[in-house]
Amino acid sequence: MQNRVAARSNSTVVFLNFQIEDIVTRIQDETEGVPIRTVKSFMTKIPSVVTGADIVQWLMKNLTIEDSAEAMHIGSLIAAQGYFFPISDHVLCLRDDGTLYRFQAPYFWPSNCWEPENTDYAIYLCKRTMQNKTRLELADYEAENLARLQRAFVRKWEFIYMQAEAQVKIDRKKDKIERKILDSQERAFWDVHRPVPGCVNTTEMDIRKCRRMKNPHRVKKSVYGVVEEGTQSQSPIHTSLHHCRKGTKEDVEKEILFLNTQLDRHCLKMSKVAESLITYTEQFMEYDPFVTTPEPSNPWTSDDPTLWDLEMSKEPSQQRVKKWGFSLEEALKDPAGQDLFLKFLESEFSSENLRFWLAVQGLKSVPQQDVAQRVQDIWAEFLAEGAPSSINLDSHSYEITSQNLKDPGRYSYEDAQ
Amino acid sequence: MGEMEQLRKEAESLKDQITAARKAVQDSTLQEAAAGITVVGRIQMKTRKTLRGHLAKIYAMHWSTDSKLCVSASQDGKLIVWDSITTNKVNAIPLKSSWVMTCAYAPSGNLVACGGLDNMCSIYNLKGKDGNVKVMRELAAHTGYLSCCRFISDTEIITSSGDCTCILWDIETGTQKTVFAGHQGDCMSLAVAPDFKFFISGACDFTAKLWDIREGTCRQTFGGHESDVNAIGFFPNGNAVITGSDDATCKLFDLRADQELITYQDSSIMCGVTSLAPSLSGRLLLAGYDDFNVNIWDMLKAERVGKYMWKLYIPLENGRKVDPAEDSEGSCRVAAGTEH
Repeated sequence: MQNRVAARSNSTVVFLNFQIEDIVTRIQDETEGVPIRTVKSFMTKIPSVVTGADIVQWLMKNLTIEDSAEAMHIGSLIAAQGYFFPISDHVLCLRDDGTLYRFQAPYFWPSNCWEPENTDYAIYLCKRTMQNKTRLELADYEAENLARLQRAFVRKWEFIYMQAEAQVKIDRKKDKIERKILDSQERAFWDVHRPVPGCVNTTEMDIRKCRRMKNPHRVKKSVYGVVEEGTQSQSPIHTSLHHCRKGTKEDVEKEILFLNTQLDRHCLKMSKVAESLITYTEQFMEYDPFVTTPEPSNPWTSDDPTLWDLEMSKEPSQQRVKKWGFSLEEALKDPAGQDLFLKFLESEFSSENLRFWLAVQGLKSVPQQDVAQRVQDIWAEFLAEGAPSSINLDSHSYEITSQNLKDPGRYSYEDAQ
Repeated sequence: MGEMEQLRKEAESLKDQITAARKAVQDSTLQEAAAGITVVGRIQMKTRKTLRGHLAKIYAMHWSTDSKLCVSASQDGKLIVWDSITTNKVNAIPLKSSWVMTCAYAPSGNLVACGGLDNMCSIYNLKGKDGNVKVMRELAAHTGYLSCCRFISDTEIITSSGDCTCILWDIETGTQKTVFAGHQGDCMSLAVAPDFKFFISGACDFTAKLWDIREGTCRQTFGGHESDVNAIGFFPNGNAVITGSDDATCKLFDLRADQELITYQDSSIMCGVTSLAPSLSGRLLLAGYDDFNVNIWDMLKAERVGKYMWKLYIPLENGRKVDPAEDSEGSCRVAAGTEH
């Protein structure tokens, strides 16, 4: 566990990548990996591809997964990051059939922490328009993106155009087959960083964690090696701070105080604690719809709300009554239980205790302006001399409570309760 | 030896004593104690309802205590209250700031709250006189993003923030009642105890802290995670705390034994936990992960008994942030994703 986390630099994406890259390297191995080959199609050859089905099979065998759905899921995760991609689709997902996939070049791997700027993306789209092949026509969303970028970069468009031209020149010098492969890998890279609308952007970080990225490996350079003086784009979460508090003497003193109280605390034995948790779960298992199917049926699965009607009713089922036996809290949670308990106390001449308890509970959620009045009302009803429903309080609590009443507040009766 | 040096030594020695005291009570483990219990058997999860309507990533959701209504917050700048049975929208509340990260439903059902990068917690009254839902209060004092908020009642709410503190607010006056400081990293989430006397917070300093609401002090700190604690919850009886972290594990800490009881991990799980919720009996733990899975754990035996996988990458129905929340009856699990 240690080295996994150490390599993470506070980024879940980077963490995941180390595991994935291990798999991706193994899967391309010449002897132990999937069969990557050239496929003949119509008039051309498609180099360096493998079928989705082969990938799924390999995953199941080499990661010891029994369920093909799980293999599909892991495969889709890897595809979403762009480690392999369908050669004829922008949507990065894995299909368990004859769809052809190609592996991404290590240069473009997410672990290199690319954060490509829009200038790079503009160069790429511009370059695509210069290549007169119908296969490489821009998709609708790409055309829209290009138009938007042209408006945004109106002043530097000449520069971008020149860079695109330079890239095209370099590409032309390459071997035809190599170009096919590189072109598709480049396209897949952009499918990850500028995904098709409606697809999840896997490069998006949780914005809460973004600010704290102390990753020094974050590469800000251009994918095309373009050097220019531009300003960095400000992200909306760009805030200053964040304080890294250095331990002062006060801090350590406070810590010592805290540690002393901790030490004084009595720790219960694990066996006792385990037993109490186990007992609790056993008591409540029959009420847990995930474990025990409720009678008559679970309304979420059967669309029959009878269960909920029964629970709201005034006539509790035997099962419901049993729950009241677990603890006073359980009984009082259920309104029918509350009623019954009140009746019982009345029969024993002590209902005023419960009513006092309930009144004080109610006081806690009464609007501020009414608090003082309610406090007085409760005193008059339950605690004053000759009160109609006087309750028994030991003299100590009585003292404390009368003191509290001098400055009445919601919790004046906390002690008495 | 300088004074600082001496103080630090004292602190270290105390920590060692505490570790020794904790070890001294380790006469058994939860797994050993649970060895004899019947297994739970595989749990199959199916989508029962899909709530459609948001136009962007849904960051958070929270159930109402009646287990029928829930509220969700999305970065399309809306807070939506759903009737989860009919899947109808009861309220659609436009927000001032669309960078919302959390939302909460008051136990009474009268109020909802939300907040995010605006560093504020905004309270909305659902039961206003004229039927319109309006902002009731804007609680501003945090110097960092609002990561989580939970109501104690209609008059009090607790918030956790990226400024490493949690605050208890008086909603009526809009003022801070108590500031809970102590975490050394962004507070990511919080949960209130069933008896409303305590609450727990998980932070990016890899720890979870138990706070006494009335006293305003930190009662206990639980360490052991190797990365940010993203999600936190109470065991149903309030005696134990469950945490979920970026280190791909969940842990169960007992309050009375003051230490970790068990860790829920598997070598095939390689990504962080984003949210969690125990089932009603506490026997099962549902945990949502960064890879869009929800794993269901047998809490006593630390074995995985089920899995729920989001469909990935079907355009117009994608899932990113999985945030499983259980209704108080535990009879349904709704995961909020970035559905459109």
